[in-house]
Amino acid sequence: MARPQSASRAVQALLIVALLALLGLLVTTTRAHLEERGIRSGFDFLFEPAGFSLGESVLPFDAGDTTLRAFVAGLLNTLRVALSGAALALGLGILLGFGRLADNPLVRGLAGTAVNAIRNVPLLLHLLAWYFILTDLLPAADAPLQLAPGVFLSKSGLALPWWGDNGFEIPELAGFGIDGGASLTPEYLALLFGLTIYGAAYIAETLRGAVLALPEGQRTAALALGMTPRQTFLLVLLPQAWRAALPPTTSQLLNLFKNSSLAVAIGYPDLMAVAGTSLNQSGRAIECLSIVIAVYLLLSLLGAAVSHRLEKRSLRGGPA
Amino acid sequence: MNFNVLRRRFFGDPLNALLSLAVLAAALLWLPPLLRWAVTNARLAPDAAACTALEHGGACWGVVVEKARFILLGRYPDEEAWRPILAAGLIGAGWLLAAFRHLPGKTLAALLLAPPLLALPLLGGGVAGLTPVPTELWGGLPLTLLLTGAGMAGALPLGIAVAYGRRSQLPVLRAVLTACVELARGIPLVAALFAASFLLPLFFPEGLALDMLWRVLIAIVLFAAAYLSEIIRGGLQAIRPGQLDAAAALGFGFWQTQRWIVLPQVLRAVAPSIANSAIALFKDTSLVTVVSLYELTGSLSLALSGDPEWRPFYLEAWLFIAGVYWVGCWVLGRVSRRLGG
Repeated sequence: MARPQSASRAVQALLIVALLALLGLLVTTTRAHLEERGIRSGFDFLFEPAGFSLGESVLPFDAGDTTLRAFVAGLLNTLRVALSGAALALGLGILLGFGRLADNPLVRGLAGTAVNAIRNVPLLLHLLAWYFILTDLLPAADAPLQLAPGVFLSKSGLALPWWGDNGFEIPELAGFGIDGGASLTPEYLALLFGLTIYGAAYIAETLRGAVLALPEGQRTAALALGMTPRQTFLLVLLPQAWRAALPPTTSQLLNLFKNSSLAVAIGYPDLMAVAGTSLNQSGRAIECLSIVIAVYLLLSLLGAAVSHRLEKRSLRGGPA
Repeated sequence: MNFNVLRRRFFGDPLNALLSLAVLAAALLWLPPLLRWAVTNARLAPDAAACTALEHGGACWGVVVEKARFILLGRYPDEEAWRPILAAGLIGAGWLLAAFRHLPGKTLAALLLAPPLLALPLLGGGVAGLTPVPTELWGGLPLTLLLTGAGMAGALPLGIAVAYGRRSQLPVLRAVLTACVELARGIPLVAALFAASFLLPLFFPEGLALDMLWRVLIAIVLFAAAYLSEIIRGGLQAIRPGQLDAAAALGFGFWQTQRWIVLPQVLRAVAPSIANSAIALFKDTSLVTVVSLYELTGSLSLALSGDPEWRPFYLEAWLFIAGVYWVGCWVLGRVSRRLGG
């Protein structure tokens, strides 16, 4: 089916010309629109005061700081929730996956019901439910639930013992609120819970799929050698299943990272939320969105590259 | 299964016995109060005062009765309500038939892809004597089904075209398409929706101002097409070269080979994956609420956030919506399994 070289070159040249023409048309219409609306363009706004504050930030931030700092704070907030969510989802997902594969019918049924119930409801709906529970159903901060000594849960979030200005602090009730230690906001918690549980259900399924995809002979051979079902699972099936489960699991973790952008819906100031606010403030839609898209794309590609390296390393011991 | 097998499964060793007892204890502890809340003490009547008197000791299903019209149909005008109901019914009927009936491939494709395209003029009006209804008023379940159905109907042909383009012999075309697909797969859908909301109006020339619905639909189609193209590309790669040789030996040209030999095999092989993409899209349509389109999830918030009387019963309404999504996912999951077996 190979076409003559010259014809293919001509087609490609035509393609490039068409693409450039389309790009040129886009640029001219966009520029005309921007001029007509009196919107300035360029990235100079990044170095001007942001003019908005963030609900919470790992990086100290107030409205007088630059917009660039707001974007960095947003990115750190994204990473904060995505990384802790990924770690928790991995742990819970493995647990649920084991439950899904358990011999015990009660455990298997429970894990199966949980996984199906979680996966068949959109993540956004999960987040809204957690947000409602954490902000509406919990008691107010002056009468919090005490989960453990020094751990309080209320409408204002979760207070935990943590290092503060006076060294290691244990939160205590003080008048109308809670003093000392660290406090996690309801927005952060709702996002963390939602991402963790939703991600875990998918990770459990990839793990189960990987174990079920192993040849049946592996299991019967191990049983024939006199291994118990549990030994068979832990010593024969699981070590092989890890390898097969690695690529889909890392792709689930990347999904979790991208899904953290649903933060906008419940008011957690992640990168996407900061970009949205800054966009409304400055009107620089193209600039704000290209920053967001570039950052997500870069981190996704980075994640994919890391996962590829891990895959190669896990195969070094020879094919499963 | 005799008694001994059962005993071994539930209490075979200490860990198993402990797990069984833990599950049973949790069930005994949690199920009765749950049943009391959901059934015994629950109220069905849409009576806010009676519901408030329950103090959450029982579910107030009345909130669903009271708000069902708004949650399911959004702000669509009352006197025209039959149109969104019919639209949702058409799309839903297609899904149900695909899930429960054995049908030939072409009928199946028509049942799944045609109703969403019919639903567009039905909801929009302006044709066949139907009163025009602006897209801002569309909402609820019909919008969820429409975005899923029309999104897939648009994304499938585009995905096939992109998959072929990425196997073309023109390096420039391959590079451009690869870059586009990686871009779409590397960003969150929320970012794509924001781009549709804020950037598309800047890109289009003056006369072509599109409603938010259309802009969002464009974003969804492009986004879903990127994922579908990867699925179809995988299917194309799985076609054995012998198939092409055989087609060539029979004197088939390129297009004939694709139409009669390659595509039928590819589509059959990847159909379950395509159905799984439809499930993902069905759930993802909930995100359009961030750009102010009020499909099922958005209309839930819209119905309750501004209503202090009913807002306390958000969880009951939430469970209703979650149930609707659950059923939708289950039906599409059946379609996927049916296509696979």
